[in-house]
Amino acid sequence: MSKMYYRELYCGSPTRFWAGLALLGTIIAIGLGAAYYMEHQGHWVTGMSNQIVWGLPHVFAIFLIVAASGALNVASIGSVFGGPLYKPLGRYSGLLAIGLLAGGLMVLVLDLGRPDRLIVAMTEYNFKSIFAWNVILYSGFFAIVGVYLWTMMDRSVSKFNRPVGFVAFFWRIALTTGTGSIFGFLVAREAYDAAIMAPMFVIMSFSYGLAFFIITLIAAYIWGDREIGDLRLTRLKNLLGVFVGAVLYFALAYNLTNLYITQHHGIESFILLNGGVYTQMFWIGQVLIGSILPLFLIYSPAFDKSRWAIAAASVAVLIGGFFQIYVIVIGGQAYPMNLFPGKEVVESGFFDGVVASYTPTFPEAALGVAGIAVALAMVAVGARVFKVFPETLEDPND
Amino acid sequence: MSKKSDQPSMDRRQFIGGTVAAAGAVTIAPGVILHAVAGSNEQTEGASSEHRWGMVIDANKCADGCSACVDACNNEHELTDLGRPETDAAWIRTVKLKDKQTGNISRLPVMCQHCEHPPCVDVCPTNASFKRVDGVVLVDRHRCIGCRYCMMACPYKARSFIHEALTDQSVYAPRGKGCVESCTLCVHRIDEGVMQTACQEACDKAGHGAILFGDLKDPNSEISQVLKKYNSVQIRGDLELNTGVRYRNL
Ligand code: SF4
Ligand code: SF4
Repeated sequence: MSKMYYRELYCGSPTRFWAGLALLGTIIAIGLGAAYYMEHQGHWVTGMSNQIVWGLPHVFAIFLIVAASGALNVASIGSVFGGPLYKPLGRYSGLLAIGLLAGGLMVLVLDLGRPDRLIVAMTEYNFKSIFAWNVILYSGFFAIVGVYLWTMMDRSVSKFNRPVGFVAFFWRIALTTGTGSIFGFLVAREAYDAAIMAPMFVIMSFSYGLAFFIITLIAAYIWGDREIGDLRLTRLKNLLGVFVGAVLYFALAYNLTNLYITQHHGIESFILLNGGVYTQMFWIGQVLIGSILPLFLIYSPAFDKSRWAIAAASVAVLIGGFFQIYVIVIGGQAYPMNLFPGKEVVESGFFDGVVASYTPTFPEAALGVAGIAVALAMVAVGARVFKVFPETLEDPND
Repeated sequence: MSKKSDQPSMDRRQFIGGTVAAAGAVTIAPGVILHAVAGSNEQTEGASSEHRWGMVIDANKCADGCSACVDACNNEHELTDLGRPETDAAWIRTVKLKDKQTGNISRLPVMCQHCEHPPCVDVCPTNASFKRVDGVVLVDRHRCIGCRYCMMACPYKARSFIHEALTDQSVYAPRGKGCVESCTLCVHRIDEGVMQTACQEACDKAGHGAILFGDLKDPNSEISQVLKKYNSVQIRGDLELNTGVRYRNL
């Protein structure tokens, strides 16, 4: 194979670059303003309440954090599993992973009741808490991926690339398992009381991360007027197809095992049949848009080498993934906890036994979107400053 | 999550800074007894593992339409009603239930159950949620970062997040925007040696006597006697959290 040259990604036109960055900056500024507003007023100005304690910001944050770990997949395949076609994409894979994680964490932190006490979270650890472990897993991820990128970019340390790649691979599996386990530990809530939650999050991360990777890769090469060959895109596309199928499989397994557990019938029919907006999000958002549509776009011979189909499939996966997390996070809370089996709640001073309502507000959405903008801005700046992208990704001649 | 082993908890973190030493047993109101623990410097030592505070609630005695306990709790801790029930703090609530099979109606107050193995403490990343050695589960408002994971984990929906800036706070209950809080079992009273919670006092005053507070570790306490004599249950006993609040006739 011919030698790869990496070069900073300059946009075809400087105005386009700066205008793009300014747009992202504006979105971030609006998000930060929204966070300040919610913090200053208190959370009552959001849609969240004592019933729905984690709202839209958590959906965005978890979505981005999960995707971050999956975005590193391409690098892992390149250096850990020795896939030569993937190897040139490793640097970008690492950069995107860092960007997505930073965006997700920003949203998570700014939605805390007391973000000013972040230092407490960094210094006080309850090692029984999976949240505390996640603080360590997330900070470690930055460090390890940083070193990993270094071994990819600097020839003098490139001999460490494989071992560091292994560490990064296992670290990110741990990270997603940790994120999934946040829910697995909530024994009292029927929606989350399932061991399958953690592996499901790992496979979700593969799928969302790769979708983010593909869509931004295509965008970057259009943006920088560079060439990208069909061979690599087809590989990535096929891989995405496998992941999407796996997520669908896990989602089915999760819901079917819940159907086996008698106490969980309530939550199942809530999600699958009569949960109103959550049922729609599940069937239309997660299953139709997030799984069936991309599988069709990926495997239908009609779209064989169509880049638009690949891009559209990736976007559909991301939209479906967003809904999937929305249903897990918000739907799981909206469904009432069953404190008194065999009894019906006739009256309650605190909304027992009723489906909690939640309407997301603009500030929450603005904060969440700002997280995505942070990820993209970091990628845009990082790719311009460092040699991340290969000069060309045209198919090798041999 | 380990449910079987005892949760190690901090020795003597006080809910409020100062404690008041009680001298001798003084009756300051009918049923309100100030008592000093014989020959110990317990007040300055803080909570003691010789006690486990808890309550037993008789659902049969909880009267329809009554809100004495809820009002008293709100009053004691200055939980202001801002007219936004979704976000207003509720440390105690009443619930009315109908048995799906028999149609039997029961009513009961629900608050933090002061679990022996509290999921809220297990999940709290910063150790802000903690259990005192005397079994009282509290939130350290100086450490809580407002992540609300404890609210996700509590099986009883016992916790409230403070959704706005607060004014007019009670000296007994420092509270603040962005933190989580829940029933303290009137720990300020316990630490002053007053062996009665605000809700029990109000329920007694209203003439119902549905709530009984006391020391579960003292075999001679009234609460231990009642629990020994009558059948009682824990809400969601299947979770094996060994709650400090028990219910009769539920
Ligand atoms: S009832 Fe809830 S808040 Fe109270 S100790 Fe148990 S888990 Fe914690
Ligand atoms: S909201 Fe506060 S008390 Fe609850 S888990 Fe988070 S830091 Fe701990």
